[in-house]
Amino acid sequence: MSTFEGLLLFLTIALPFFGALVLVAFPADRHSLIHWYTRAIGVAGLALAVYIFVDIAFDGDLSKYAVDYEWLPALGIRYTLGLSGITAPLVLLNAIIFMAGVLVSWNVTHRPKDFFVWLMLLVAGVYGVFLSTDLFFLFFFYELAVVPMYLLIGVWGSSTDFRVQEAFQGRGFGGGGRYNRPKEYGAMKLMLYLVAGSVLVWVAILAVWAEARSVTGEASFAIAALADVEYSTNFQRLFYPFFMVGFGVLAGLWPFHTWSPDGHVAAPTAVSMLHAGVLMKLGAFGILAVGMVVLPDGAEWWAPVLIGLGTVNVLYGAVSALGQRDLKYVIGYSSVSHMGYVLMGLGTLEVIGLNGAVFQMFSHGIMTGLFFAMVGIIYERAHLRDITALEGLGKRMGIVGAFLAAAGLTSLGLPGFSSFVAELLVFIGTFRTYPVLGVLAVIGAAITAVYILRLMAKVFFGPIDPRWEHLQDATKLEAAVGGALVGVLLLWGLYPFPIVEIIDSGVQPLLEGMGIS
Amino acid sequence: MTPDVRFDLLWPEFLVAGLAFLVFTLDFIVRPARKEVLAWVSAAGLALITAFTIPFLLDEHDTLFNGLYRVDNYALFFKVVSMGIGIAVILGSVHYVNKHLTHPGEYYAIIIVSVLAMMMMAASGELLTAYLSLELLSFCLYVLSGFAVSDLRSNEASVKYVLLGAFSSGLLLYGIVLMYGALGTTSFAEMAVAIEAGGAVEGRLLLGLALLVAGLGFKLAAVPFHMWAPDVYQGAPMPITAYIAVGSKAAAFALVLRLFYEGLLPAYGEWQMLIAGMAALTMLFGNVVAIVQTNVKRMLAYSSVGQVGFLLMGIAALSPIASNALMVHLVGYSVTNFAVFFAITAFYNATGKDDIPDFAGLAGRAPFLAAAITVGLFSLAGLPFLAGFLTKFYLFSAAAAEGLLWLAGVAMLASLISLYYYLQLIRQMYIEKAPEDEAGAVAVRTPSLLFALIGAMVLGVVLLGVYPDPLMSAIEGATAALQTGDYYWLPVGIAAQ
Repeated sequence: MSTFEGLLLFLTIALPFFGALVLVAFPADRHSLIHWYTRAIGVAGLALAVYIFVDIAFDGDLSKYAVDYEWLPALGIRYTLGLSGITAPLVLLNAIIFMAGVLVSWNVTHRPKDFFVWLMLLVAGVYGVFLSTDLFFLFFFYELAVVPMYLLIGVWGSSTDFRVQEAFQGRGFGGGGRYNRPKEYGAMKLMLYLVAGSVLVWVAILAVWAEARSVTGEASFAIAALADVEYSTNFQRLFYPFFMVGFGVLAGLWPFHTWSPDGHVAAPTAVSMLHAGVLMKLGAFGILAVGMVVLPDGAEWWAPVLIGLGTVNVLYGAVSALGQRDLKYVIGYSSVSHMGYVLMGLGTLEVIGLNGAVFQMFSHGIMTGLFFAMVGIIYERAHLRDITALEGLGKRMGIVGAFLAAAGLTSLGLPGFSSFVAELLVFIGTFRTYPVLGVLAVIGAAITAVYILRLMAKVFFGPIDPRWEHLQDATKLEAAVGGALVGVLLLWGLYPFPIVEIIDSGVQPLLEGMGIS
Repeated sequence: MTPDVRFDLLWPEFLVAGLAFLVFTLDFIVRPARKEVLAWVSAAGLALITAFTIPFLLDEHDTLFNGLYRVDNYALFFKVVSMGIGIAVILGSVHYVNKHLTHPGEYYAIIIVSVLAMMMMAASGELLTAYLSLELLSFCLYVLSGFAVSDLRSNEASVKYVLLGAFSSGLLLYGIVLMYGALGTTSFAEMAVAIEAGGAVEGRLLLGLALLVAGLGFKLAAVPFHMWAPDVYQGAPMPITAYIAVGSKAAAFALVLRLFYEGLLPAYGEWQMLIAGMAALTMLFGNVVAIVQTNVKRMLAYSSVGQVGFLLMGIAALSPIASNALMVHLVGYSVTNFAVFFAITAFYNATGKDDIPDFAGLAGRAPFLAAAITVGLFSLAGLPFLAGFLTKFYLFSAAAAEGLLWLAGVAMLASLISLYYYLQLIRQMYIEKAPEDEAGAVAVRTPSLLFALIGAMVLGVVLLGVYPDPLMSAIEGATAALQTGDYYWLPVGIAAQ
């Protein structure tokens, strides 16, 4: 059974999924056809997401967005989709980043068909996780979102190898003079970490399902049904960490974050954007929408650990970013740091903190997408991402520099950009619960300012290295993508109330369901 | 003794046996250049018998020869599966046989005989009948694995298989003897009654049980009885490797499931941890050792050892859900393995190579084969939209529901390990470049028959992953047949005890 709005949800997932299957049949050498086709899918997906977002912003009735079909009755699996105030912005985020990623991939000429097929499957998986209200399908799409990464990075990614870049002959790095991270390494590391995380999630899902089955006598994977069951306190405390760490791996939870910089650096631009921008949010979303909802007592008991690790994330990521030489590694570690704010927000278990966490997911997604898009442009032109070699690019790449500056300022929490609001909410939430950690988090933001400003100064300002005289600035298309992303950041930064209200409409009932309000 | 045995219920078996003899006979008549006809006759014959069997035996529940032989939906399910496996192997062999083997007549006929053995294994209601059908299957496989008479590896494989197989048969028989000594019967249903009536389980029974498990463990290639598997897999002709990996496992599990479900369920507490431990050991060992393999067939051999561990989990968690899960996993595993093995066979037919580095750049040379292998491997690793995800999820849920969450956790870990080495092959195909020398220049062409077969298997893998409904209802019917086995036909005296 499904309403018209349910059909829209169904389409949101089906569009990229079947889009990918149709694309398989395309002739592989018609590059421009393939690019335009993918863009059309992106536009349609964006239109859907915007329609849904605007509709609930004005209407507020989420219950009409429902899909419900029987799938495997023996285990109690149903194909159900639904929308909440938490997922609506994330769906919009995914649509925006996918569209932007497709547009900045205009220069993918190596087997573009296969590239976009995998990319669309990834996007379909992400939508599926956000929209599924059945734990089986949530997990199903979660795995689907992970699978394409290996090939996307392995085939289309780039290796970090400072040996071969003649600019560094003799300058030495860490004593050895070489730093080599092949893309296969990044791809395999990412894949194994994420699947290992999903193993933990899987254990927890089956534990909860089996427990609920023995308590109620009825098999069901519906998240709402599983949340209604009274689990014993010990059971909750035992299995909540499986959710927290399992999903946490994807969210970059320290100390399981090391796949993230390696993977993001090795990935091609569009994949870095999607991965840092959206996929890491799946992890945080999973902790929130599955872990906390199903096992509220466990979540409460473990909240100090979560918020503590989140603080470590913030500081550790920021300090690591300070020491990086590869432009993409800086952004990669900055993602780890910023996901820390999300995890801290989740750990507050308090309405303002949670609102901040979800808003930060959205805001960081857009911001990091912008970051990776611009770094991708630099790498594509200079074939180099080494900060020590890139100097004075601002003279030739003013537009890229401006957008990168905008992303950087968002990242350090400048008022006017959406991250300011998001981080402020997280800080308020943290100060109300764990003031000491709140102070540490603010220090993290200060370190962010240091590495961002240093990077901007080094790469963009100062005299230009003659080798970079020939570099082209962003094309009109790339400038448009950057402009649109900055526009989103500014829009929600200057006028955050609608989106915060929507998020709040999802967070309030969630906390009430947990018995906290 | 039931006076009128309904021999008509054995028509499918008679027909399959007749088909085998028909192919043996035709072999004399058909000219050597046209031996391919035999494959078509065999495959078409099996297909026709399948089409006849389903409506003929559906919902027939009877028992023949005083409980020796069972006719029910469970046996029917595995009859159809066995014949399906037989058809797939025969069709997948055609090009390989033309290129690498002699005596096609015997080859196809022996496959048909082994299909008959598989059908009988699922229908056995008693230990000795089970043993005989298991031996029939084993003998066929001994011959088939040594079929490449001029290939030393194939000969070695056959000899190893025979020696270890004979040893395991000895264990199995001794186990059966001890169980008969303890229980006074070899019929599954009477065994259950006797165990229940006996109250405390005797040492003789436990020893017999242990030997039985060891003997069956050899046949299944469960750790620590798996040693023959890699050598036999590597040495046997490639379609036969697929057949051993798929067919012998499906049939052996059909037998084991019925034996444990109908015969040994009352002694559940005695063997559950034994089987669970064996399952955990098997899946971890198989998958860890697979990592270091450099030959595709050996890698898949260890991978299928690991898969046996997953399947044993279904026995350890014995329940209606676990029985469903075991069967659905078997079917998914069969279809998936066929997709992978046939694609590798096609590659081997074209290049004569089967080491993992030989697959470098296959995505450029033969995109279809590379895609089929990738889909298959992803499915074996349990990734979504493919059969492996659903069947593993089902199986692990069944284990969790029976309190074996730890075993499910071990299985997930094993899956993760398997993903690592599957990705190594995928990396060769998609990321590495094809060799520049003439080895990389050999065109990898897939004949249309293999193409269609691989395509069908890949389609099956996807279909099972997203639309398992029809298969699930068949499987639930088969499980129901096991439960309602309920000893309804037992002589009154025994049932009353």
